[in-house]
Amino acid sequence: MDVLAYLIPISLILGGLGLLFFIFTVRTNQYDDPEGNAQRILNGDWDDHPKP
Amino acid sequence: MTAAMRPPPSACPACIAAPAAAALAEQDQPKEARIALSVPAVHCAVCISSVESALMKHPGVHSARVNLTLKRVSIEAEPDVMPQDLTGVLDRIGYEAHELDAGTLSATETDKAGRDLLMRLAVAGFASMNVMLLSVSVWSGAVDATRDMFHWISAAIALPTIVFSGQPFFRNAWNALKNKRLNMDVPIVLAITLAVITSLWEISLSGEHAYFDAALTLTFFLLAGRYLDHRTRAIARSAAEELAALEVPRAFLLIDGEEKQVPVAELKLDDLVLVRPGGRMPVDGEIVEGTSEIDRSLLTGETVPVFAEAGRIVSAGEVNLTGPLVIRATAVGKDTSLHRMADLVAIAESGRSRYTSLADKAAKLYAPGVHILSALSFFGWLLYSGDVRISLNIAAAVLIITCPCALGLAVPAVTTAASGRLFRKGMLIKHATALERLAQVDTVVFDKTGTLTAGTPELINMGDHAVRDLEIALALSQGSAHPLSVSLRSALTAAGVKPARVEGLTEVPGYGTEGRWQGVRVRLGRAQWVGAEPRGETSAWLSVAGEAPKAFAFTDRLRDGAEEAVKALLDSGKEIILMSGDAPAAVEKLALRLGIQDWVAEALPEDKAARITALGAQGKHVLMVGDGLNDTAALSAAHVSISPASALDAARVASDIVLLGGDLSPIADAVKTARSATKRIRENFRIATIYNVIAVPIAVLGLATPLVAALAMSASSITVSLNALRLR
Repeated sequence: MDVLAYLIPISLILGGLGLLFFIFTVRTNQYDDPEGNAQRILNGDWDDHPKP
Repeated sequence: MTAAMRPPPSACPACIAAPAAAALAEQDQPKEARIALSVPAVHCAVCISSVESALMKHPGVHSARVNLTLKRVSIEAEPDVMPQDLTGVLDRIGYEAHELDAGTLSATETDKAGRDLLMRLAVAGFASMNVMLLSVSVWSGAVDATRDMFHWISAAIALPTIVFSGQPFFRNAWNALKNKRLNMDVPIVLAITLAVITSLWEISLSGEHAYFDAALTLTFFLLAGRYLDHRTRAIARSAAEELAALEVPRAFLLIDGEEKQVPVAELKLDDLVLVRPGGRMPVDGEIVEGTSEIDRSLLTGETVPVFAEAGRIVSAGEVNLTGPLVIRATAVGKDTSLHRMADLVAIAESGRSRYTSLADKAAKLYAPGVHILSALSFFGWLLYSGDVRISLNIAAAVLIITCPCALGLAVPAVTTAASGRLFRKGMLIKHATALERLAQVDTVVFDKTGTLTAGTPELINMGDHAVRDLEIALALSQGSAHPLSVSLRSALTAAGVKPARVEGLTEVPGYGTEGRWQGVRVRLGRAQWVGAEPRGETSAWLSVAGEAPKAFAFTDRLRDGAEEAVKALLDSGKEIILMSGDAPAAVEKLALRLGIQDWVAEALPEDKAARITALGAQGKHVLMVGDGLNDTAALSAAHVSISPASALDAARVASDIVLLGGDLSPIADAVKTARSATKRIRENFRIATIYNVIAVPIAVLGLATPLVAALAMSASSITVSLNALRLR
């Protein structure tokens, strides 16, 4: 049962990281334009070099 | 449409009445201009990049970003970049664009409340998953120290989560209690706190049952319901505000003969204001210069344009048709007749019988019932066993089991599905209980001008005229942008008429157009101008010197779907009334054409509101469909109201539902959808009740474990949500 001492904190930390990442995405307005984001993948503008 | 042809941003007097215009004053001197354009045609990846790169090439533009979901571009640019230039740029590459008023939009740009709810929902979801994981281990047989450890970890996760995620419920419950009322949130808060307290007590004594998972799942499900509810309304609100933002409240102020564009809110008494053809009067005033015709239909419902010359008094909201007018402001802002009309709305609204939503009705039955039940089981068990700990545990179990998880989802799940369905058909549900009220409708009142009719004239007596006259009329109509000329031109061109050779074509603003044909003077315009007797219906007169003048009669074109909508409503047994401020002849003709038996003409705004209030007093549930300022009081007096997107801002604000397209036919559909939505809501309540009838005795008898509570709660929530999805 000693393994619990590692596994429980690990599961909590991983879950917490997911939560923090989600909060980051919400805060940076990444859900404002879901349709646009889906279409922008098809955009060829910066295929050859990254956007400066 | 090019930038030059675009009518000047019509001053929007109704915005004075709307709260949004207040924000205008502040956004006057930005360091960097933020411009928002509505671009309805963007729909693909190529559109995005072509719109963005075209705008970026325009000098002074710092950044441009398309929001495809909202079909909108936001641009950051130097302060001297004018929105008109940018709409011109987009017009040239083939995208129709309209300026949006940044002041009106900024209110919705970031949906703070929605984001806040989403954050709380995410935290509750995270916590409930983790606690559920630990709880499953406990239920599957963890004992002694392991169980206690799992319980304490659960507590450590649950407590801060509930403090953070439960805030909306705590706040609502506190507000309700402060006003000595009970709402759905009071039992929720009581259940959550009681569950946490008894669980803490239990685990501190190494007890077997802890309800942390139940408390968290409950919070999660309820927040999900709240978020759905909020989303539905946020979408409707942002679309409604976009409509309002399309009318940029600006006016052209004349100072020493030079015109300057200023926000309407800055106009003062005795200012000289220039109103171009196609523009709306921003203020009440007196014409000091120019002749023209003005369209008063939005204020009074009359379809025949009124002649305007120096000395005539005009009211805010009227539309200038032919020549430029200079008016001297006699009343601005709150004192305009437009604003007084808005006050009428406030009076009508205060008289409107307060509608209690189905959810409120359920809460009224439910909240006291649950409290009494749980208190009874507490005292019952206390008398029977004498053990406070057991009694409190059972009271908490009763509260959790009966908690309105399913009730909290029952309404939002259905309204989200129904509103989404109607939104795709072009209807915007602005008010939370609009659907429920729409389902009860038995009487429909239509306004005429601008609602059943499109507000554009249509030629009806082309056959009465000789080809020669038609050719002259077509030639003359080419010299004017007056709505009648435009309609005449398109009707004649479509019929294959070629214009006659008319020389020296000139427009006399307010009267008509004049020219010379084969050496004789020809005129197309108002009755008095060509020497004819004016008639009741809208007509333009053609006179050829030496001959009697001939009338081209027009009727208001029916709005698309008007016939279908009226027919469908009549077929479903609704009573239909046509109420208009227009002349009796015109109203009767339209009523006959659509098969409406009951009609009222020359109704003043007060009359309309009074008639509707009277119908309401007879126990009828009235749906009012209208667009003009003269309808606003009636719109807010009715049980539920609909206005088309072309309606004046004040009318849209006063109505519960806005029709986004020009088509009226979705109205009948909407009533049907509203009915089935209400049916689903009632079904959901029934499901929740049945589940309570089964679960409550188990809890009261002390047989409920956290596992039973979790199963029952999830099962009922999922059933209710699935039932809501059946609406499609």
